[in-house]
Amino acid sequence: MKIVVCIKRVPDTEARIRISGGTAIDPAGIKFVISPYDEFALETALRLKEAHGSAEVLAVSVGESTTGEQLRSALAMGADGAVLLKGQTSFDGLATAHALAAEIREQNADLVLLGMKAVDDDQQQVGPMLAELLDRPCITVAASVTLEDSTVVCEREVEGGVEVVEAGLPAVVTITKGEFEPRYPSLKGIMAAKKKPLAEKDAQLAPSRIQVRELTLPPERPAGRIVGEGKDAVPELVRLLRDEAKVI
Amino acid sequence: MNILAVVEQRDGTLRRSAAEVVTAAKSLADAQGGKVHALVIGPANTDTASLAKYGADTIQLASGEAADHYDPDVFAATVAERVGAGDYFAVLFAAGAQGRDLAPRVAAKLDVPLAADATGLAVEDGELVVTRPVYAGRAFAKVTLDAQPRLVSVRPNTFRPEESEGAGTVENVSVSTAPSRVKVRETKAAEGAKMDVADAPIVVSGGRGLKGPEHWTLLEQLRDALGSTAALGASRAVVDAGWRPHAEQVGQTGKTVSPQLYFAVGISGAMQHLAGMRSARTIVAINKDPDAPIFKVADYGIVGDAHEVVPALAEEIRKGR
Ligand SMILES: Cc1cc2nc3c(=O)[nH]c(=O)nc-3n(C[C@H](O)[C@H](O)[C@H](O)COP(=O)(O)OP(=O)(O)OC[C@H]3O[C@@H](n4cnc5c(N)ncnc54)[C@H](O)[C@@H]3O)c2cc1C
Ligand SMILES: Nc1ncnc2c1ncn2[C@@H]1O[C@H](COP(=O)(O)O)[C@@H](O)[C@H]1O
Repeated sequence: MKIVVCIKRVPDTEARIRISGGTAIDPAGIKFVISPYDEFALETALRLKEAHGSAEVLAVSVGESTTGEQLRSALAMGADGAVLLKGQTSFDGLATAHALAAEIREQNADLVLLGMKAVDDDQQQVGPMLAELLDRPCITVAASVTLEDSTVVCEREVEGGVEVVEAGLPAVVTITKGEFEPRYPSLKGIMAAKKKPLAEKDAQLAPSRIQVRELTLPPERPAGRIVGEGKDAVPELVRLLRDEAKVI
Repeated sequence: MNILAVVEQRDGTLRRSAAEVVTAAKSLADAQGGKVHALVIGPANTDTASLAKYGADTIQLASGEAADHYDPDVFAATVAERVGAGDYFAVLFAAGAQGRDLAPRVAAKLDVPLAADATGLAVEDGELVVTRPVYAGRAFAKVTLDAQPRLVSVRPNTFRPEESEGAGTVENVSVSTAPSRVKVRETKAAEGAKMDVADAPIVVSGGRGLKGPEHWTLLEQLRDALGSTAALGASRAVVDAGWRPHAEQVGQTGKTVSPQLYFAVGISGAMQHLAGMRSARTIVAINKDPDAPIFKVADYGIVGDAHEVVPALAEEIRKGR
């Protein structure tokens, strides 16, 4: 059983975004991390491995050489190997999916896990695109993943409830937050990671077909007002919602 | 050139987003001198008549047993076949749970890029310029797509439905025979979930300031006072504590919502929470700490104890109905 986890290097969720040159963010001073949902995907893979013993977990990322840091973290968390596909990603998720597909075909993975979305571009698309390119079934936004022989069974949040779905392996699954938190790398894990293989090759990345004309900071929300204190302020609030904001 | 609007239904009733997607398509069609085709995949008796009211010239209805329930393989293949049968400038989807699952599959099948979760669309010098939030709403990107058709999903509750005349000619089209590879074993309805927080035009969210899951009856009262289109939301702190299900979580690792009205009750307003709700039209904060960061984004705030303010608020709203 081989499980590939696709991880992306993204700015920390607390990072203050500044724009540089009008079309990109200024990376100066920003801490970069593994995208949070990709950490959940990796945690899911590690738990499947623990439950099944024989699985091999491989972390794959398309990114610049700095992405090695995040792949090392993945190895420290417990991945068995890592592959860096060197190239500059863009908003064009299909281009990224093609680059990942080329590697995954070579790796012959039984199960590919991705985050449901990367928290930088928020496109929420690479997983299902990758599945189409590989011609494999795809389950998106799974909160839990279990394996039953050659079937993957997932619980996914749908509008108004939870759906239990299944697909035959090989398959692609995108992960949302489930019952557990991703583990922290232990000291032992960090030491072990130094000896684990981190392969590097050039990504088969086509030029982006999504062009950024402009990147801007969101308009500041105009300063709001404190209507008052305690329940005495309630009638005035309701009046404002009704007559000024016209939302009730 | 024409625009294809892929709209959603549930059990034969169009979803709220259908009017929004058709309205967005209409504005692009007008800017191009083209027509709006709306595609509905669903039961044969789906009531599609209202789509004409928002400007749909043709309504393609793909019905058959395989169309009754959302199946990603069948639906994606059906949309790809319809797109292939026309010559579209753009194809629009709703960026709700289903559309975000569907659109990328269609994009990969057609080998064209996709711009997801658009909050603005414009045609400038014949090119489609899409505005979309990135970095969880901490920045906005204006992008163009070097492909035809241009695939875009539009954020729910963002494009206000506008009425305009469309011929609304209904055309029956076929559902793809693509094999279904993902099987639904079971569906468990979430307790009390009447409406998904991501789709609801009114959201009542609670945080750690409520002090315990038993106090959610307060928020339920407020939700009920606001009517059937209101849904409950939650901060991550209370989801992590097991007070509320993850499906209700709003924020960077939860759902992104853009309702008309958002109540943040006992929520401090951490960056990751704001990421999920800052594009709401009107934000109301109820918090006992006047310095809570949530007040910086709220349009209206009440400083006070949720246990005192929320019941009074529910009562006052009920009185006015
Ligand atoms: C990678 C990452 C992702 C995250 N994703 C999310 C996410 O998706 N969504 C999210 O919400 N958070 C997310 N967080 C967590 C976020 O940083 C905050 O910890 C969380 O939002 C805090 O929840 P809270 O506001 O309910 O609790 P607190 O911050 O503890 O705030 C409670 C508030 O209640 C007020 N209060 C107390 N008593 C009362 C009372 N009686 N009446 C009225 N008010 C009262 C307090 O003044 C305080 O402001 C994420 C964090 C990380 C690191
Ligand atoms: N450059 C990348 N390298 C590896 N995986 C990626 C990359 N970009 C996106 N992914 C994966 O695809 C998921 C969805 O990303 P997105 O469609 O960009 O929101 C992410 O959570 C990752 O698992």
